[in-house]
Amino acid sequence: MTSVLQAQELGKKYGKRWALRECTVDIPAGHVVGLVGPNGAGKTTLLKLAAGQLEPTAGAITVLGGRPAGGPAQLAKVGFVAQDTPVYSGLTVAEHLRLGTRLNPRWDAGLARERIARLGLPSGHRAGKLSGGQRAQLALTLGLAKRPELLILDEPVASLDPLARREFLQGLMEATVEHEFSVVLSSHLVADLERVCDFLIVLVDSRVQVAGEVDRLLSTHHRLTGPRRDPARLPAGQQVISARHTDRQSTFVIRTDAPIHDPAWTVTRLDLEDLVLAYMDRYVADDRRPVLEVRR
Amino acid sequence: MEKLLIEFYLDSRSGVSPYQQLVQQVRQALRLGLLRVGDQLPTVKDVVAGLAINPNTVLKAYRELEHEGLVAARPGVGTFVTATLAGASLAAHGPLRADLRRWLEKARRAGLDDESIEALFMTTFRTASQEEIA
Repeated sequence: MTSVLQAQELGKKYGKRWALRECTVDIPAGHVVGLVGPNGAGKTTLLKLAAGQLEPTAGAITVLGGRPAGGPAQLAKVGFVAQDTPVYSGLTVAEHLRLGTRLNPRWDAGLARERIARLGLPSGHRAGKLSGGQRAQLALTLGLAKRPELLILDEPVASLDPLARREFLQGLMEATVEHEFSVVLSSHLVADLERVCDFLIVLVDSRVQVAGEVDRLLSTHHRLTGPRRDPARLPAGQQVISARHTDRQSTFVIRTDAPIHDPAWTVTRLDLEDLVLAYMDRYVADDRRPVLEVRR
Repeated sequence: MEKLLIEFYLDSRSGVSPYQQLVQQVRQALRLGLLRVGDQLPTVKDVVAGLAINPNTVLKAYRELEHEGLVAARPGVGTFVTATLAGASLAAHGPLRADLRRWLEKARRAGLDDESIEALFMTTFRTASQEEIA
């Protein structure tokens, strides 16, 4: 299967601080990929590297087989909707569409017009006068009408109310059925990604903690609860992701491909939020505990 | 456009994966006779647009139903019901429900609250189905 994004030992440094380091991922085509992690984990840096808005300090990144922003053909294949879905507040909706026609060789004017009409966006209105939800939908329309092979969205729904958030994700998912493109979107809210993503990357403290297909991640991670036990005494095939102990009880989140036979454990399945939190839990030992907002 | 016969919903707190929830809802609709042979399931696009979920979730659910022989996909047209689950089992629902009501009354008289009843039912149900498997 072809890859939409491949990174090897990718790193980006701002001054003395690494915003992203030793990032090695391979994302197959045809997925809606969720990039999740606390604020400041390096999500925006990774997305901007993929879009070619930043140059790597270390390692290499390939997007759809080419160098990010490596030429007009590459630029036409990748759509990028930056954080908070920015639009030009002084331009009208219609002017945004005209701008799209001029700037994009593969512009789908029919798709843009049809979407704007269906959403009921008044084409004579300046973008600055639109509601947050409408501005986000306008930015999404521009991203879709570009007809990219990969659409990258940085925190697209973070500033939207629940209804606008839902409408935005509905529009995005519907478009993936119609036009078959890959999507990478970031969020610090796991609940936003839970339904829409089938591939997940967890980024904490500038490093990729885990990446893979959601179904596979959920079927290989388990919560074990039972009498207190030293993690060193777990079977070799069980990788401990997080561990918590009371005087008498231990609770582990482990990753394993094999079934768990030990009758001492009560085994429960994790949902996506539990899984992400388990990977973030690893950093609790440090005093700078990352904050992940959990909202439903 | 075809008329929508059933509409899916998702319970995010149920602990059942979204694709499994779609499968269960189709089976339930077949059991209740809401869906009959020849009926079309909602298109992937309709489901995705309605629930804001990943298209692969819907495809996976429909593939499983196809594997069970309940539906068949006609490429470029849609997915159609090919078998039914209603019938014999539906007729048995009435008497079984009456039995269950009598049992519930007994449980209440014995002083069990809602949570204890649910727990007792679920543990018995699980033990029984595990014994069947073993």
